[in-house]
Amino acid sequence: MSDTLNTANATLFEQLGGEGAVNAAVDIFYRKVLMDDRINRFFEGVDMDKQAVKQKAFLTMAFGGPANYSGQDMRNGHAKLVEMGLNDSHFDAVVENLATTLTELGVSDALIGQVAAIAETTRVDVLGK
Amino acid sequence: MKRIKFDEQFFEIDPNETVLQSLLRNNMQVPYGCKAGVCQSCLMRCLDEIPVPSSSQIGLNAIQQKENYFLACVCMPENDMTLALPNNEQVWLEAKVVEKEFVSDNVMILTIQSKDPFAFFAGQFVNLRNQAGTIRSYSIANTPNAAHTLVFHIRILPNGQFSRWAASELDIGMTLSFSHAQGSCHYLEGKSEQSLLLIGSGTGLAPLYGIIEDALENHHHTGEIHLFHGSRDATGLYFETKLDELSQHHANFHYTPCLSGINPDKHRYTQGRVNQIALEKFTKLDGWRVYLCGQSDMVLQSKRMAYLQGAALKEIFADAFLS
Repeated sequence: MSDTLNTANATLFEQLGGEGAVNAAVDIFYRKVLMDDRINRFFEGVDMDKQAVKQKAFLTMAFGGPANYSGQDMRNGHAKLVEMGLNDSHFDAVVENLATTLTELGVSDALIGQVAAIAETTRVDVLGK
Repeated sequence: MKRIKFDEQFFEIDPNETVLQSLLRNNMQVPYGCKAGVCQSCLMRCLDEIPVPSSSQIGLNAIQQKENYFLACVCMPENDMTLALPNNEQVWLEAKVVEKEFVSDNVMILTIQSKDPFAFFAGQFVNLRNQAGTIRSYSIANTPNAAHTLVFHIRILPNGQFSRWAASELDIGMTLSFSHAQGSCHYLEGKSEQSLLLIGSGTGLAPLYGIIEDALENHHHTGEIHLFHGSRDATGLYFETKLDELSQHHANFHYTPCLSGINPDKHRYTQGRVNQIALEKFTKLDGWRVYLCGQSDMVLQSKRMAYLQGAALKEIFADAFLS
């Protein structure tokens, strides 16, 4: 009974497992991104530790947790990549990697849908539209 | 009321005040961001032996926690604290040279003895400074000991201002200044069954040698320890006998010397680049801890490969030499 209540009231971030879940997901997610030939050229020569911190911030936001950056930050951060040809297909590939990561971690399709919907809200800023 | 010491000045902490609030109230210039313990912009280090409040260490990695790093914006001191910003604790200590030995044409083993007790982890580095004021960073290749000695592997570079001076002019008995130990490339307690992969080129062996000694002698590490040491030619592979002996005494320690150039003995030396040999031999690194030291291209490339082969980012410790 109390479980049902908790789930009903819990935020998405809490249902996913909070910061612990982000930590578990970030290593798997970033590895998938670096191995994905559709998008890994955008990550050539980046400092992996700094990048992992950014991936963690992104996952925290997509999981419904606190967002520590603005749309303008996203826009500025990706402007060079847009010049390099970053487009919707690459954005889709990232969201796909995110969904696969969550599936591997045993997250339900319903929750994955919610995460994908939050990630979707960053598309216009990431792609500089 | 607790007091904090920062930049040679003392400040008082008001009730319910954080370290950051006190510093800002006293017009000290320190970096900060979210003021909520998240962004880590206000990372500081407590130089005292007393642990800092654990609530001010949430989100820091195990090494930072162990080394008394904390977030000033969420730290309410329980004791008086001496503070420093990260990498801004350049206090010079004094040591004298007790031993100097050439182990190959261009590698010298330098042993110095600190005047005072000195805390460090094997594999960390210190800055050495000579009388002319030239400063260079060197990894510590031994473990903490009662005599307070520190061992360095110094590569003598043709135009090396410090290394040439150390080779030709630095004599036993002379004094040398050195800094506090820094860096996260060292052995971590608590996972003695974990497999360790250590890859080093040239004098990148120094921190790895210290870490291996620490693991085997002080922490009785039971997991497999694989060391790959590489050089272009055989003269760059010093300490071969010591490492052979270590592998004879410890069944879980394995030593693979690698040569990328001329190979005089194909049975003895594996032919190829040290990082490729190691990462082709161990393709699944899930659960491993990986240490990478040496030339910066090799280190960065290996870091990416080790991660893609399954090692968690926080389990990869890299020390890239800039030369």
